[in-house]
Amino acid sequence: MSPGSPSSTARSRAGSGRPTVQPPAGAERLLSGVGANGTPVDLADHLDRWGPVPTWQGTAFLAELDTSGLRGHGGAWFPVGTKWRSVRKAGLRSPVVVANGAEGEPASGKDRVLVHQLPHLVLDGAVLAATSVGAGQVYVHVPSAAVPAVTRAIEERRRANLDPCAIEVVVAPDRFLAGQETAAVATIIGRKPATPTFVGLKPIREQGVGGRPTLVQNVESLAHAALIARFGAEWFRKVGTSESPGTVLLTVTGRWAEPRIVEAPLGVPLGEILQLGLGDARSFQGVLLGGYGGGWVTPHEALAMPLTEEAARQYGSSIGAGVVALLPTNVCPLSEVSRVVTYLEGEGAGQCGPCVNGLAVLANAMGQLAYKPNALRGGVAAIPTLCGLVEGRGACRHPDGVARFVRTALRVYGDHAALHLQRGPCHTSAQPFLPIPRTARRQGAR
Amino acid sequence: MKRPRFTLVLNPIACDGHGVCAELLPECIRLDPWGFPIIESGDIPVELLDHAERAAASCPRMALTLVKQTS
Repeated sequence: MSPGSPSSTARSRAGSGRPTVQPPAGAERLLSGVGANGTPVDLADHLDRWGPVPTWQGTAFLAELDTSGLRGHGGAWFPVGTKWRSVRKAGLRSPVVVANGAEGEPASGKDRVLVHQLPHLVLDGAVLAATSVGAGQVYVHVPSAAVPAVTRAIEERRRANLDPCAIEVVVAPDRFLAGQETAAVATIIGRKPATPTFVGLKPIREQGVGGRPTLVQNVESLAHAALIARFGAEWFRKVGTSESPGTVLLTVTGRWAEPRIVEAPLGVPLGEILQLGLGDARSFQGVLLGGYGGGWVTPHEALAMPLTEEAARQYGSSIGAGVVALLPTNVCPLSEVSRVVTYLEGEGAGQCGPCVNGLAVLANAMGQLAYKPNALRGGVAAIPTLCGLVEGRGACRHPDGVARFVRTALRVYGDHAALHLQRGPCHTSAQPFLPIPRTARRQGAR
Repeated sequence: MKRPRFTLVLNPIACDGHGVCAELLPECIRLDPWGFPIIESGDIPVELLDHAERAAASCPRMALTLVKQTS
């Protein structure tokens, strides 16, 4: 499997160190390192598979990151090199790095795979980030279930004296908003409740944990960075498009019997990844991209579109955290949407007036559209107006995400909504499809 | 010399919808159905700067700030 072990002495030609390990050639890059049976890859196996991280002098790795074109895989798709530079330049005090694996999106499972099975790849990336931005402290922000695997990995590294910085695990609460960056900072400093804060004119990257410049980076982005450090930007760009190079981890639900974590090159048609042709468009009702903060596209759009953030945004959606959920034909899409909007309303932090009031009204309206369409005052047309009343008006982007979920649902399921208004709600006994965590404050279904 | 530009920035967590700001600066601030301010995007017109300053200063929650744009 692995083409050969690197010599025990770390090779460290500055800026251009290439280990003896061969880079993965196919579309499976991160996942090619997953061990048999999904057991966590320990430090010895990790070094055997990937070799050590070469040493990069000064800001050489930041330049390499810029060249690689790596973008953030937590949802925002912001250029990673630009973000790291802004943290490095942000102030005189030494920054802090947060490896964010909170993954509050109920339909997403890719960060879980990384922190449970490939913790050392994530930690390599986090330590690289720390050395690149001048941080002495790394926090690994993960749900409680991932703590044992991450703690074990940190211990192994401490014993091997591998890293020049301190690494600490912080437990992310099981909440939808846990991974939001100001909420992550709140968790790390122990603020209760650990809800998003208003950053005003000073973003987290300038003033976060303890007032220090803080880099909050998704664990998948860090794992990609760890491979770029080993194999270089040129290798990274061998797959993907010029604006969206590399691969992405997707959580695909509704295509196969069980949800699957799939790694795919950016830019390839989504239909190809799903192994479906345009003729299969009738086998599902729509596709949710990104997650509950993402948006819906029609089956045809989904099968034909290239997998890039730009293509998704053309439909008012987003690749977000990499969720691809195919809605089966036996459920009522409006009842699915209603369940999720009710869940999202309950997951709000309850801090901003427009979000507290607006999401309650929005959840109610979507519930009426799904179950009591005659009670919906103002008809379907009233719903986008409600969306407009919450968009851009919270301290965080939670209301914007809910509005995107609703607006795209109305576009994709507009005909279905018209049917509800004409004939009344669907009567289906099908199991609900989209997952709602058991820890949710309120039950999504009525 | 370029004239400085000002905008109003609202902290939506601090704001609890007193509505004083909308009374003092109706040209730029209206209230949503629940009484929370909706602030017109863009710069505050020069002739309204005094009123904007008063609106910010009068917020009982100190949720509204008049900010000088740096660019």
